This record gives sequence, structure tokens and C-alpha cells, in this order.
Amino acid sequence: MATTSVRSVSPVISIRRRWVPVIRGVLATLGVTSLGLLMLGIFLLPLGYVLATSFKLDSQMTTIGAPLWPAKQATYNYQGADYPLYNVPTEDGGTRRLAVVHPYRENSDVVDPAHPEQGVFNIQGRWRTWQAIYRFAPQWKNFTDAWEQVNFPRLFRNSLLLSTISTIGTLMACILVAYGFTRFQLPGKNLLFVILISTIVLPPQATIIPLYILFSKLHWTGTWLPLLVPAFFANAYDVFLLRQYFMSIPRELDEAAMLDGAGPFRTLISIIIPQAIPAITAVTIFHFFFVWNQYFEPLVYLLGNEKLYPVSVGIGQFVTTFSTYPGRSAATAVLAMALPAVMFFLAQRQFMQGIVITGVEK
Amino acid sequence: MSAVTRTTLASAPSRTRISAHTRRQWTYGFLFLLPWIIGFFAFQLLPILFTLFLSFTDYAASSEFKLGNFNFVGLENYKHLFVDPLALPSMGITLKFALIGIPLGLVVPLILAVLVNSRRLIASSLFRTLFYLPSVIPVVAGAIIFGGVMNAQSGWLNLVLKAVGIANPPRWFTDPTWAGFALNLLAIWAVGNAMVILLAGLQSVPTELYEAATVDGAGPITKFFYITVPMISPVIFYNLTIGVILAFQYFVPALLIGGVNGDPQRSLLFFPMDFYREAFVLSHMGYASVLAMVIFVVTMAATGLLFFFGQRLVYYAGGDS
Repeated sequence: MATTSVRSVSPVISIRRRWVPVIRGVLATLGVTSLGLLMLGIFLLPLGYVLATSFKLDSQMTTIGAPLWPAKQATYNYQGADYPLYNVPTEDGGTRRLAVVHPYRENSDVVDPAHPEQGVFNIQGRWRTWQAIYRFAPQWKNFTDAWEQVNFPRLFRNSLLLSTISTIGTLMACILVAYGFTRFQLPGKNLLFVILISTIVLPPQATIIPLYILFSKLHWTGTWLPLLVPAFFANAYDVFLLRQYFMSIPRELDEAAMLDGAGPFRTLISIIIPQAIPAITAVTIFHFFFVWNQYFEPLVYLLGNEKLYPVSVGIGQFVTTFSTYPGRSAATAVLAMALPAVMFFLAQRQFMQGIVITGVEK
Repeated sequence: MSAVTRTTLASAPSRTRISAHTRRQWTYGFLFLLPWIIGFFAFQLLPILFTLFLSFTDYAASSEFKLGNFNFVGLENYKHLFVDPLALPSMGITLKFALIGIPLGLVVPLILAVLVNSRRLIASSLFRTLFYLPSVIPVVAGAIIFGGVMNAQSGWLNLVLKAVGIANPPRWFTDPTWAGFALNLLAIWAVGNAMVILLAGLQSVPTELYEAATVDGAGPITKFFYITVPMISPVIFYNLTIGVILAFQYFVPALLIGGVNGDPQRSLLFFPMDFYREAFVLSHMGYASVLAMVIFVVTMAATGLLFFFGQRLVYYAGGDS
């Protein structure tokens, strides 16, 4: 008696032991992933909106009953002319697809695309209450309009030049300074480093009026010089990132190079820089984006010289025209973010690495 | 005796060699730091001192800056700060933005980092990439996008809110009570950097700690608050510091959306925007310098306080830094 009961229970327990954790795991995976999808949906809602709107004609935004995605009302070609298609309710509660040839108030002349041989006939019902049929139809008009209206080729060229020159300057200066901080003894070096780090906190507002006066005196305002020259004098953020990385390169390597007769510059170029490519890539990407996104400084220093505007300032006007030209504004935003987004997808590993170097080591 | 002589003899030339080496080190060290030292004096230290100087003058940008084009007014500009009908309210707007934005900026990226770090999440690296994506979108594009998606009539946000049963969703950027919060949402959209740093922090927590806690019968919530949060407190502290600094400087999206007057009804006139308006729209460089000094002092004081208290609250593995 006792043995039978044990025999009949034990397989059940072992099956439960084996399957309960698996089921729990699957449920947890499903739960966490759907929570993730929900949050991602909220996060990407603005992007979905701007993409959809940029491919829509503005008339679709104001049409009642039009779908959220870029669409055009489907039409049916009958005897050489296009007529809009509607889902027309039938008496049995279903609907049928009909093309409206002549809309009237209480009845309309229609044609049935399934049976065009029946010809045009009149049916009762208000066509305004019928549901229009839409098909997916992205429109490129907003992009061509935006491209022409703000001279995008010029804006892109300016932004590319500004970002590239500024990044070259920053790389040269920051590599030199970071090298100085990691490999050379200097009285008060630690104090200098503390000062360097504390400049991260410095608000740009505290310096911009004197700098503006200085650059006007030099007749640099209205040119790119105020935006480019400071980049050649290093900044705390990028020096810090490079220094953290340089410190992880073994000193034996540069000592060996020094013994072979290499001077400090030789050592920097032949030993340190090749070893620090990940950090240098990170600085390149960050600074390039930083300049690409800059708005306040070019706005102040370029004095309305539109020929020199970068993308950010050039499209600033579109923020306020959203209510009048939503499609064109959205297309501008898409054009402005396309390059950073593509660069990010291509170089995301270097991106994430660089952020981690600056954030965790502190 | 002979041993002593030998050491003295040996050390004499070696000392000069060391000092030659040291001099070389100093020279090169100084040369390599020179770009930053020049930049620090030319673009940071001297301009701040100059801002302080200007704050005691009535200099207006309409005239060239030279002696005779401005007067010393003593503390007049500082007195004006307290009767300026816009400065104090704009300080309140910045403060409200900071008080909402800083906690949001700590909690939202932490939730995302924990989510992306979960081994239960399928395709977690894809999630990480997509959560980061908004952070690379230029500020101006972000302002256009949020102006659209939060549009009271055609924006998708209010469509969603209506779909989940909120009959009268806020009119966001056209409603003075909600415009500031709408910018908080725009700011929290670009949460990627904080998320990635926190994620790296989460991954560096030793798994033995969690295993030991599991043996002791701790649940996931206990483990999160008693192991995870203390272990990643340096990273949280770093995010907090960056968040505080940026909150007090925040104004560009407000300028883009609300214009230079911070519409609707000056509800987006952030303090740094009031500075921009006084300095570069109204050309009141002298008075604007006072506003700049306020931003400078407040930022310095806030970060100073943070570091003072942070050293006590933050757990550093190894305990030496």
C-alpha cells in the first residue's frame, strides 16, 4: 500500500520539479520582453511620428478619418478617369467597395470595380459617412521642398567642414595634453589636473560675453573662427577620456622606445597613438557630434551670416513653423538627424565604449 | 669609510643626471600641457574674471568695447536683479525644471539599464541600441519632433492618451502649466549616456554578492536596494552631478520652441534664456554679466555641495578613492 502510493506520486513530483522552473523562466522572459517592448514603444513614438509625418502631405493631416501612416485615398480608373474608393455599408450589415463617380447629398452615382460592366448606378446614402479606402503611399514632396527651401547642400557642407576641422583640432590638442598628464612629471601636475576636471562644471554663460567682445575686437564674429579656434586648445572632457586610456598603456612600451632613441614625440606617435585607437575613435565620434549639434555658439557668433550656417542653426526656424507646415518641418528634422543616426548605427560599439571610459572610471 | 666615499662619489654624478632628466621631464610636460594652459587662461579664467568686471558696469553691446563707452555703476546691476520682473520668475522656472528633471534623470536611465541588463530580455543589445538612439538626435531636430508629437490636435502623444482613456490630455506647449514639463520629457528622451554608464556599472557588480544574498533568502527587490544600488552608487553620483550641471544650463530647446520670450506666457523663460535675452537681444551686457555670475555661482555651489556630501554617501570599491 505504502510502496504503491510512493511510486504513483514520485513521477509527478519529478515532472513538476523539471517543468516548473522552465515555465517560470519562459513566463519571466515573456513578461520582461513585453515590458521592454512597451517602454521601447513609448521611447520611439516620437520617431515614428516624425517619420510618418515627413512622408505625408499636409492635407492628409487635416483630413478626418485619414490613417496615421502616409497614405493616399485609393482610386479606381473607370473609362479614363480616377474615382475615389469607399467601403459602402450594405443592407445585410456588410460592406462593398464602390468608386464614387458623382457624389450628391443623400445619394451618389457609383461604379462597382468588381463589376464595371454594370456601369454607373445610383445608390442611397450619404457618401460623407462612408469609410474611405486608403493605400500606403509615401510622398517625397516634403523632402524636396525642405531641401530647396533652406539650401540643405550648403548647410551640410558647412556642418561637415565645421565638425571635421574642429575634431582635428580637438584630437591634436587633447592627445598632446593627455600625453603630458600621463607620462611627464611636473610640479603641481595634480593641482592642474583638478583644475582641468573642474572646468567641466563651468557654465558656458560665464564666459560667453567676454569671448564675444574679444572675437568682435578681432573681427572674427560673422566667421567660423570663434567656433574653430578654441577647439585647438583642448577641452577637459576629451582630455580626461584620453588620459584614462593612456594610463592603461604599459609604460614598458614607451621606455623601450625611449631606449631605442625615440624622443617624446616619436614615442607618442609610434607607441601611444596606435595603442589608443579605441579612445581616439571615441573622442572623434563624440566631438564630431558635439559640433554637429551645437546651436547656441553658432547662433551667437555667426551674426546672422546665413552662408556660414550649420544644419542646426539653418533649420532652427522650422521648429516654430510646425503648425503651418508639419510635413516640411518633419522632413527637415529627418534630414538633420539622418547623418548622426547612420554614424551611430555604424560605430555604436566605439560609442558605448567611450561613454563607459568617461563614466565609470571617475 | 671607503663605503661612504664610494656612495658620495657615485651619487654626485647621478644627482646631476637625475636633475637633467627631471628638467627634461618638466620642459616636455609643460610643452605638452601648453595648449590647454593657454586655452584655460584665454577662454576660461580671464573671461570669467572679465564677466565679474563687466557686472559692475553698464556696458551695452551696441557700442564698441573701450573706455568711455561704459560707466562703473557699482552694485546697481546686482540691486536690479531683485527688482527685475523676469529674473526671479525665470529662476523659478529653471528650478522647477531641475527639481523634476534631476530625479527623472536618475530613475529612468536606471530602470532602462536594469531592463537591458536582464537576462530575461530577448535581443537586449538591440534594445540598448534603440533606447540610445534618441541621444544622437540633434537638439534642433528633437525640438521639431517634440513640437509635433506633443501637438495638442495632431500629435500622437495625445492620441495615445485619449486611447487609454484620458479625455482631456494637456495641451503641452500651448499651455503655460504644462510647457515646462513637456521639456522635461524632451530632456529625458536623450537618456542614453546615463543608461550606458549605469549598465556598465551593473555589469561590474560581482555575481558572488547576489549568490550570497540568494543563499540568505533575499528577494530581487531586497537585492536591488541592498546590493545593486550601493555597488553602483559612484555611477549614480556621476550621473547626478552631470544632471545638476546640465539642468542649470538648460535653455536651447526652450528658445527653439518658445522663442526668445519663452512663450506661452513666459512659461519657458528659463534663467539662462533670460541671460541670453539680456546679453544678445537687448544688449544689456553689464546686467547680463550679473545673471552669468549667478549661473556660475549656483553651479559651483551645487557641485561643491554634491561632492561634499557625495564622498560620504558613495561606496567606492577598494575604499581608497
